[in-house]
Amino acid sequence: MRSTTYIRYELIRTFRNRRFFIFSFGFPLILYFAIAGPNRNDRSLSGTGISLRLYYMVGLAAFGAMNAMLSTGARISAERTTGWNRQLRITPLSTRTYFRAKVLTGYIVATMALLLLFLAGRILGVHLPGHIWLEMLGLMLVCLVPFAVLGILIGHLVSAESIGPVIGGSIALFAFLGGVWFPITGGGFLSKLAEALPSYWLARASHIAIGGSGVTTHGWIVLGIWTIVVAQLARRAYRRDTKRS
Amino acid sequence: MGVTAGIELKALAKSYGEIRAVRGIDVSVAAGETVALLGPNGAGKSTTIDMLLGLLAPDGGTATVFGHTPTKAVDDGLVAAMLQTGGLIRDLRVRELVTLAGSLYPKPLDVGEVLKLAGIEPIAEQMTQKLSGGQTQRVRFAVALVADPELLVLDEPTAAMDVEGRRDFWATMREFASRGKTVLFATHYLEEADAYADRVVLMAAGRVVADGAPTEIKALVGHRTIRATLHDAPLEALERLDGVTHAERHGESIVLACSDSDAAIRALLAAFPSARDIEIRGAGLEEAFIQLTTAGEDAG
Repeated sequence: MRSTTYIRYELIRTFRNRRFFIFSFGFPLILYFAIAGPNRNDRSLSGTGISLRLYYMVGLAAFGAMNAMLSTGARISAERTTGWNRQLRITPLSTRTYFRAKVLTGYIVATMALLLLFLAGRILGVHLPGHIWLEMLGLMLVCLVPFAVLGILIGHLVSAESIGPVIGGSIALFAFLGGVWFPITGGGFLSKLAEALPSYWLARASHIAIGGSGVTTHGWIVLGIWTIVVAQLARRAYRRDTKRS
Repeated sequence: MGVTAGIELKALAKSYGEIRAVRGIDVSVAAGETVALLGPNGAGKSTTIDMLLGLLAPDGGTATVFGHTPTKAVDDGLVAAMLQTGGLIRDLRVRELVTLAGSLYPKPLDVGEVLKLAGIEPIAEQMTQKLSGGQTQRVRFAVALVADPELLVLDEPTAAMDVEGRRDFWATMREFASRGKTVLFATHYLEEADAYADRVVLMAAGRVVADGAPTEIKALVGHRTIRATLHDAPLEALERLDGVTHAERHGESIVLACSDSDAAIRALLAAFPSARDIEIRGAGLEEAFIQLTTAGEDAG
């Protein structure tokens, strides 16, 4: 059994789907150019000293990457609708290879989404030292692990008809409550809640480009717990998901 | 049956809430046999197959495949199936999909050979989402075939196929079975069970109501009819003949319902040598089917 063949065709399928391209790459890019394009000379957003084009680049990069990771769920849900997951279940394909293929595909798409946003930032005149670009990219990719498994979990729980709103809603909640779009300040309930979300730490990872301190030990613990819990739930959902549709 | 362990279903049962889909069935299939699981919709065929493939956990009883649990047999690549419901994943060419399926098994068949066998060589480069219903079924067959499994399970495989498609499909299935493979197929087409299975397991309302060679199934309800042109025979005399249960007259011709048509035809010709235009018709699986499944429902 060659698991590389399965993973290769998984990637081919993903990149042949045009609709997927528009949503995963087109949407964040269009938003970025629409918001940051006309205001690209705003060099100090609300007097913070951070340029608007940089602030929105990192914010939309985090958003686009979450979106790319959760789009795994939409693909899985579509496969379930056709009954393909049942067909796979009666092959020797292991749960491990299946998960690996889904996570890897999610990662390739998310990396492309990040790089495209960074490229768009460069086009609008964002300048960062080389090591900051790399550090930001690397740190964000690590912070995306919980979202990679969350995509799989959602895909096995939600039907194809409702997967769109569920993914869209989850991303909006994660982005809003995690301070991806608007910074969450103060020490109240909202900021405690934000710190318990993986999206908050993903945003923190992206904020090293605007002078942030990155992910703290507390952050690694939160990301670790989310990954373990969601992965267990995803494994269970996958195992149970053998019914006729 | 054979000595080699094939499929063993023992007291296998499954309910969905109040509905007892499969009510404790015992079926054994020897390695190398081709067996039809015949029954109307709702008989429990698909539920049985799901348990046999490890897709569904039984409430009671056991299923073993070549001496293993269904899951182990699947993991070892011994089993492949064409499920009743299900389409194909999109954004792949037919050839790519069959290659993908084959890559999941330890010793797949050559993809080119499978495309030819399943009659889908001409559409090998088409995208899977652009196929007709019949073409999709053939591709799904190829996806199961490429695994080169020891046990091939087919759940209502010819639904959505045209007449020619069906004929080709069964020819390929026969060819595959002749390599010593075990085949189990579910169908509600009586002719298919009759024509292509070594043995028929008849299911109704979650039970096995008959299990035997297609001819035995027919013999169970027995009834063949003899038709002949014969004008001077009284009905009472005809009804007294060996093997005849009932006689009717339609103008010049007589119709004899038989419990043993071999004995009846000998007795008829001995007593009435002038009988001509003789026809002996099997009642067909259709009638056996109705009788046995109705009996099964009464008992259940």
